[in-house]
Amino acid sequence: MRLSYTKALNRALTDALAADPAVCVFGEDIGAGMAGPTLNLLDRFGPGRIVDTPLSEQAFTSMAIGAALTGRRPVIEFQIPSLLFLVFEQLVNQAHKFSLMTGGQAAVPLTCLVPGSGSRDGWAGQHSDHPYGLFAHAGVKTVVPATPTDAYGLLRSAIADPDPVVVFAPAAALPVRETVTWELAPIPLGSARIHRAGTDVTVVAVGHLVHDALAVAEELAPELSVEVFDPRTLYPFDWAALAASLERTGRLVVIDDSNRSCGIGAEVLATAAEEMRLVAPPRRITRPDGAVLPFAPALDRAVQPHRDQLRAALRAFGPLRPPHGEDPAR
Amino acid sequence: MLRLVRGFEELALGLVRSGEITGGIHPYIGQEAVAVGVCAALRPQDRITSTHRGHGHVLAKGADPARLLAELLGRTGGLNRGRGGSMHAADFSLGILGANGMVGAGGAIAVGAAWSARQAGEDRVAVAFFGDGALNQGVLLESLNLAAMWRLPVLFVCENNGYATTLPAATAVAGSATGRAAAFGIPAAEVDGMDTEAVRSAAAAAVERAAAGGGPGFLECRTYRFEGHHTMERLMKLHYRTPEEVADWRALDPLPRAAALLPPGLAAELDASVEQQLGAAREFALASEHPSPERALEHLYADGLRPRAGHRG
Repeated sequence: MRLSYTKALNRALTDALAADPAVCVFGEDIGAGMAGPTLNLLDRFGPGRIVDTPLSEQAFTSMAIGAALTGRRPVIEFQIPSLLFLVFEQLVNQAHKFSLMTGGQAAVPLTCLVPGSGSRDGWAGQHSDHPYGLFAHAGVKTVVPATPTDAYGLLRSAIADPDPVVVFAPAAALPVRETVTWELAPIPLGSARIHRAGTDVTVVAVGHLVHDALAVAEELAPELSVEVFDPRTLYPFDWAALAASLERTGRLVVIDDSNRSCGIGAEVLATAAEEMRLVAPPRRITRPDGAVLPFAPALDRAVQPHRDQLRAALRAFGPLRPPHGEDPAR
Repeated sequence: MLRLVRGFEELALGLVRSGEITGGIHPYIGQEAVAVGVCAALRPQDRITSTHRGHGHVLAKGADPARLLAELLGRTGGLNRGRGGSMHAADFSLGILGANGMVGAGGAIAVGAAWSARQAGEDRVAVAFFGDGALNQGVLLESLNLAAMWRLPVLFVCENNGYATTLPAATAVAGSATGRAAAFGIPAAEVDGMDTEAVRSAAAAAVERAAAGGGPGFLECRTYRFEGHHTMERLMKLHYRTPEEVADWRALDPLPRAAALLPPGLAAELDASVEQQLGAAREFALASEHPSPERALEHLYADGLRPRAGHRG
């Protein structure tokens, strides 16, 4: 079976709705299925569970919290990543805090799905953010799947989780397709995936950048052996897996499509520097500090991390492999 | 119940002054008729969301005063195991979805609880208590729209005590509270919020209608807080209300009005029983253990996830 990323999200929602009557979906234009993941859900599950909402993000997010506090398991689809800024109060100050503030009486099993985070060519300043680092910083469980099967598995786990989870589906990963010959299954939150084993450098790549990292690793294979590490969940991060990877490589580059200051890239570098084996200074490739994505395509691309920067960062570690045929002992 | 709420607040004020309650409270004294009147109209299965000034709502919905007091004191015997304090007191087993520190936040949460009950096929009404300050929060206005569009079993109770902290409602609210509800097609009534029976009767009608599928209701209860916005205010010598205004409203105190309706002798009997109950609550709360610092991250995640500490070793 050929599985697209959006179809994988649609399958995950369908399977979760079919498996548990408490699961319901809120969002704008979800009845029509405009963003893709909710296509045909209204027909199959009805307006009692697939709730097309007016443009009142704060109220319907709060409503979903009220529903989550009273036994439902809501999913909210946000068509635009910056809508998350409108509901930061609801997600961080309410949903995330209920468990602690009530002394464990209450849980908020709420999933927020952003199908199309980050840049989509031509969507400009207010539709191109990638605010996953804000949620990881706040302590909201944060997931950024890179592939269709991971998108399926992580969304299923997010919906089943008793805490709020934000799932970012990067716009640049949506065209990815995967041939699937096995049964789709949930993937636990907090577990990283090594897409490519290597011995010289670990590249931690977030979301769609996993595919760029794989391409560059392949290309530079004659020069150095790159391990491509996909955290999949940014919070809680799989630190044990990263430590194990750095035991093998001792060198680290993070490529992260969000702003530099206080970004997830900064956290990975800091933790690696404090606690893990590094034989060379680690590097990160990010959007610039305070980035606002400009409209003109060349400018838009100029502020996003790209392959040239990754190549340069990897080569900056110096020649790690002898030229072909030369005896490394000499 | 009026006597219990008043007595509880007086006891808590004493414990704030003696330094045993950290951070102070937002006293409910003066507004008791609203919480007691509304909650008297509710059934056990109904749910409420409350505000930063929430002790009255929480007690009137049936919370144990001893455990609420222990919560205010930050003890493990508290309703929230000492993790929430005054502004987050909750008892989910009684449908109390929590006091809330953000003005207007409870409205849409109650709408969600009402939606949830309907979706699950349960006969439950949700009540959102909020103040006049919340009338200017966009999320509350959005939630009125959703409740009306979807005819949800929810009752909005605006406790208009005349001030959003120090800002007079007269200088902050264009039009009227009931006018705003009416604009969404929600039946709205203005009620004397110092008259417990008037509040109970108006709430009972709205709850009955909502439970029967008639959609949301809205009550504006005109009331007054006799104390400051927060206990810190006592130290600050603010002048946003005149002593005459406070005295005029004190003359409308809901307690003597309710007591006058009781058979002779019963008020004194109730007072004595409340005094005894609160004495026991004080004893329980002060004897309850303080939580140990190594458990500060407990309950942060419902799945038991323990995040990294803020330091190493």
